Amino acid sequence: MMASLPPSPFDRERRNRRTLVTMAGVGLAMLGLGFASVPLYRIFCERTGFGGTTQRASSDVNVRAAVGHSMSIRFDSNVQPGMPWKFYPEHPTDTVTVGARDMAIFIAKNMSDKPVTGTASFNVTPTQAGAYFTKIQCFCFTQQTLQPGEEVRMPVLYYVDPKILADPDNRDTQEITLSYTFYPVEQDKKPS
Amino acid sequence: MTTITADHHGDHAHDHHDADHKPAFFQRWFMSTNHKDIGTLYLIFAIIAGIIGGAISGLMRAELAQPGIQYLQTWAQYSDGPSATLDQAYHLWNVLITAHGLIMVFFMVMPAMIGGFGNWFVPIMIGAPDMAFPRMNNISFWLLIPAFALLLGSTFVPGGTGNGAGTGWTVYAPLSTSGSAGPAVDMAILSLHIAGASSILGAINFITTILNMRAPGMTLHKMPLFVWSVLVTAFLLLLALPVLAAAITMLLTDRNFGTTFYDAAGGGDPELYQHLFWFFGHPEVYIMILPGFGIISQIVSTFSRKPVFGYLGMAYAMVAIGVVGFVVWAHHMFTTGMSVNVKMYFTAATMVIAVPTGIKIFSWIATIWGGSISFKTPMVWALGFIFLFTVGGVTGVVLANGGVDDVLHDTYYVVAHFHYVLSLGAVFGLFAGFYYWFPKMSGRMYNEFLGQLHFWVFFIGVNLLFFPMHFLGLSGMPRRYPDYPEAFAYWNKVASHGYEIMAAGMLIFFVNLIWSLAAGRKAEGNPWGEGATTLEWTLSSPPPFHQFETLPVID
Repeated sequence: MMASLPPSPFDRERRNRRTLVTMAGVGLAMLGLGFASVPLYRIFCERTGFGGTTQRASSDVNVRAAVGHSMSIRFDSNVQPGMPWKFYPEHPTDTVTVGARDMAIFIAKNMSDKPVTGTASFNVTPTQAGAYFTKIQCFCFTQQTLQPGEEVRMPVLYYVDPKILADPDNRDTQEITLSYTFYPVEQDKKPS
Repeated sequence: MTTITADHHGDHAHDHHDADHKPAFFQRWFMSTNHKDIGTLYLIFAIIAGIIGGAISGLMRAELAQPGIQYLQTWAQYSDGPSATLDQAYHLWNVLITAHGLIMVFFMVMPAMIGGFGNWFVPIMIGAPDMAFPRMNNISFWLLIPAFALLLGSTFVPGGTGNGAGTGWTVYAPLSTSGSAGPAVDMAILSLHIAGASSILGAINFITTILNMRAPGMTLHKMPLFVWSVLVTAFLLLLALPVLAAAITMLLTDRNFGTTFYDAAGGGDPELYQHLFWFFGHPEVYIMILPGFGIISQIVSTFSRKPVFGYLGMAYAMVAIGVVGFVVWAHHMFTTGMSVNVKMYFTAATMVIAVPTGIKIFSWIATIWGGSISFKTPMVWALGFIFLFTVGGVTGVVLANGGVDDVLHDTYYVVAHFHYVLSLGAVFGLFAGFYYWFPKMSGRMYNEFLGQLHFWVFFIGVNLLFFPMHFLGLSGMPRRYPDYPEAFAYWNKVASHGYEIMAAGMLIFFVNLIWSLAAGRKAEGNPWGEGATTLEWTLSSPPPFHQFETLPVID
């Protein structure tokens, strides 16, 4: 073991310093990991659908609809307090066949006299449905700039992956709520 | 545990004429680099913080003694001015629970266990003259003072609805970000930063001391179990506290600089904070209890006159608890909406911790078994610890079940559980250690009768105080409210009476403390007899100002 021989004070001081530096390095690494958890957590959620994070697919994917299995979709819309927008779904609910593409329209209106750029964060509940709720096209993938008083209709093209029918965690899932929260961003800055 | 005999003990009186030369008062206590003096400072600090934190729980038990709001509005007038509203009274309640939790965790248990007993006895037990970095040790202690001042000061500045930080010790977003305007929460967060920095420096110091400063022959596998417990604790601190620092730094920037790490209206996620907090928070509960495990092992061995049963198993059980403690954090978050599989993992992993904990309980009992037992005050506290910690451990296994937790989450059952392991576990460990080492630290014996009386009054008090909380929780009383329906009145009344008895026990403790310091019988080097085999008992009581100028050799 380490201390089998009586070390000279000089040796000990050097060894103490080395331990100090190593341990300080471990502490700093954990501090770094603490901050790194922000992007790591986002990547983890995107990959696994954890916390109701929705999935993304390109428009050329081919999914076979599971005829006879339908699911009710609800749309929820929020705006960050203080953001001068009205934002709401055209229809609050929809019923889709699992696997079939569907389009939902959200309407946003800039109520202020200045142009405002915003983007939306999103997830679904129940959270275990996140891995199967797949968007092909969404206004939330990009930033939206609305001129003063401008109103836009924004589409979301999505489907519910039929694999959800085989997932025991989603056995009871009959309704999925898709939620958006718009928040202002500085233009041309990547949304965080 | 290996019996340790230092081959030159008893030489100190004539060997080191200047070993006991002490610096003048200011230099000794304010610029101290001596591990024993810093340990004493930590203990004094912890006692003061414990009085404040305990008094706050007295306020809470007074309010909770009956349904309805009795005193809270009157108290709110002191904190928020004569026109305090009911909402401000409720905010004051949140401030009280926050302050009680933070003070007891960061300013009472941790300073006493690690800073106090750790500083006092880790160097002596491994045969070292002092800590590896005595000046850093000094900084660790003195950082606690501004940290504590910031936390106490935060109660006098606005924190949202009323004065003070009312976020709970977990400081969850969004209550702690958009929900608490004003500087109080910033001050509390900064207080945690500084207390955390203090603990990290202390942890590095302990690790270096234990790894590098052991006397010749003191191998890792001969170290007393208290030293092992502090080593594991120091690693937990070093790995967990920086994560808390990162998490609460992001809280600060969310509050003050417009970032949105924890705000969905900005692309963040408040649940991330909970994950980060509990990644720290769960190891934190082991940080509070592991040194207690170490203390209990020393005491049980001393007063049974037997080496600890299964020494290696005891040491590595603590290592196992430390390791597994890092992968169970989300059992604090069962109700945040996890899939069944995630819940299953965290349930199973949490229950695994019961195995090394069971090894410890078993080995303590096996140590006592067939021993030549003397029921001195430290021993009765240690036995109380073993019994009460086991009760808290059993309710912990109940709560580990994700399905059960859906019902019991945030009820008084949880309050009962963590007070059994901390207020009755860690605190019993602290008192056991205090009585055990009081003769060594002060050079005077405590009063045995008052010590025993303190134990029994305190034991009855805390059990009356916390056991009914199981019933309250099972019947659905939520935590963190100052008011409750009539149906919960009976057991709340009982609990508040339990507090009164506990407080009477504390009075006995302070009488004993003052009497013993002033007039206690002089203690010899080893007052406990042949069962006390660790190195501190080879020194005089109190030990010389500088010990082991010639290193002891351990065979």
